[in-house]
Amino acid sequence: MPLNFRLSQIRLEPRESTPLWLAVVAPLGAIVAALILCVPLVSWTGVSPFQSYGVMLKGAIGSGFALSETLSRATPLMFTGLAVAVAFRAKLWNIGAEGQFYMGAIAATLIGTGLITLPPILMIPLLLIAGFLFGGLLLLLPAVLKTKLSVDEVVTTLLLNFVVLLFVGYLVEGPLKDPSALGWPQAVPIIAQGAFPKLLGRSHLGLIIAIISAFLVWLLNDRAVLGYRMKAIGANQIAARFAGIPIDRIILATALLSGGLAGMGGVGEVAGLRGYLSLDLSPGFGYTGIIVAMLAQLHPIGVLASAFFIAAIYVGADAMSRAANLPSYLADVIVSASLLCMLVSILLTRYRVRWK
Amino acid sequence: MDVLNLLLGVEFWTATVRIASPLIFGALGELLCERSGVLNLGIEGIMTIGAFVGWASVYQGADLWTGVLLAATVGLLFGLLHSLFTVYLGLSQHVTGIGITLLAANLAYFFYRVLLPDATTPPKITPFQPYPIPLLSQIPIVGQALFTQTPLTYLAIALVGVIAYVLYATPLGLSVRMVGENPQAAEAQGLSVYGVRTGAVMAGSALMAIGGAFLTLSAFDSFFVNLINGRGWICIALVIFASWQPFKALLGALLFAGFDALQIRLQQQIGGAIPYQVFLALPYILSIVALTVMARRAGYPKALMVPFRRGER
Repeated sequence: MPLNFRLSQIRLEPRESTPLWLAVVAPLGAIVAALILCVPLVSWTGVSPFQSYGVMLKGAIGSGFALSETLSRATPLMFTGLAVAVAFRAKLWNIGAEGQFYMGAIAATLIGTGLITLPPILMIPLLLIAGFLFGGLLLLLPAVLKTKLSVDEVVTTLLLNFVVLLFVGYLVEGPLKDPSALGWPQAVPIIAQGAFPKLLGRSHLGLIIAIISAFLVWLLNDRAVLGYRMKAIGANQIAARFAGIPIDRIILATALLSGGLAGMGGVGEVAGLRGYLSLDLSPGFGYTGIIVAMLAQLHPIGVLASAFFIAAIYVGADAMSRAANLPSYLADVIVSASLLCMLVSILLTRYRVRWK
Repeated sequence: MDVLNLLLGVEFWTATVRIASPLIFGALGELLCERSGVLNLGIEGIMTIGAFVGWASVYQGADLWTGVLLAATVGLLFGLLHSLFTVYLGLSQHVTGIGITLLAANLAYFFYRVLLPDATTPPKITPFQPYPIPLLSQIPIVGQALFTQTPLTYLAIALVGVIAYVLYATPLGLSVRMVGENPQAAEAQGLSVYGVRTGAVMAGSALMAIGGAFLTLSAFDSFFVNLINGRGWICIALVIFASWQPFKALLGALLFAGFDALQIRLQQQIGGAIPYQVFLALPYILSIVALTVMARRAGYPKALMVPFRRGER
């Protein structure tokens, strides 16, 4: 077993500090590595990888239209990425951003389709608050089970995704079904007062709210006692307990914030992009949010950049798969490969690898 | 009354054992990984790619057992990938597992579309047929349900015994448990923690892949997107429910499958009155309830999710 022998000789020495160039190069390196690893798949159709990736880059950011598509795709990923980053920092393993995202979308639909009518200046904040609460409350249940009964939150948050999706299915086929949708299972559309104003192309107000949220989370992390305590719990729960930090309360607050951020993402997709709730509202934004957060090394401002990166891969790969007649699942393969590459590059930024 | 009739019918019990089969493979696989101290959240994706590889190889002309073997091989490879990240590099087992799940599932979907660019209805293969075991299948109800299954189901049930035997009665099993409970002590005994964990994760992942292949080669006869539909995550819940013990995992899988078979039949009987999504959501809700009930009593491997680095205490 020569491979086994060699690998077990790896020794990782923690770095005292990460050089700035490495912190910048590592995520880029991870994406480049993932793109290189996917070359065999891209060349499946016989098109040269350079040409294919060229089409991809052009399709992602090569024109005003492409850029606006990428921005609108990045918006929900910013929300779910922030949600995951906030939770993971406190070692609350929230794998349920998908469900929380849909809860936000449900909130927007319940309130924004005619329940009340207010001028947009009041209506839009109301939808966001409702989405935040719906998303946050969904994560509160696993968080309470975790703190009170030590039930593993990874599995509960995951399972809740399925429950929420079935609930959405019930709503769009039943009580919230749009009778004028020609039989398609989709909910009645948002009223005009609740619709987010557009920015460029299909991108909308949600983008600005995501950016503001990222800065607020950054402030919370770096300036607020709550943010410091979240980090302390994530770093070492036993030490945090000794320091007198009320762990359960902080975890519940983290859950509310994390689920709430994902919920606002759902509001954005309904009120800003689609106009209505449907079962295909999210092509897995909650799961991709995990990748976004890891790529950003859980830093809120980094989440903005990595969400843009990942969105560019999706939009670009869509363009490429159309041009080269490749299955669109290629984008998901590239993105999941970049998560795995990113894990290695995070290791390289934190540790020096030595061979014994 | 209707429900009673239903519970006495042999079809119900046959369906229960059939629905349980992929869960038994998956839960045994996860159990093996976790017993060695490695959480494998790659299960959902590994089951997906196992289902695809099994189906695709038979679709391309291989025989059924070759399909199972190829699925297991791909499972082994993803297990190796997972152990490279979690065992050797000590990276977060949660995040790596999600990465493996996404990668494996999307690779399966990608190749499915490469193989069949514009198929709207997935092409069918001839799956494993039920093989009634002589004599045993004559026993009323229990025998009929248990012994008129396809060979893969027999394999699943046999593996419960095999894995329990290996875990509790062989030196190999002792090393797996030791590595999952106290890797430092295991190393002091001269065991290779890395080696044992890698072996357990690879073998466990192969079982998961066979569980996926069961769905395409034994239960259904085709592959489609979202085929696994959360069964992998249910397996993870089952392992916790079973307190990491093979026979309890079998029991859990049967209970769970029985409930699933019941909900399908109840749905047919009282459908309309209650939205069908309620029935579909029940397995997930039931899993959460089971997790909550079992959480306190769980005797989980002490070193689960704790990366081991040689020389570190």
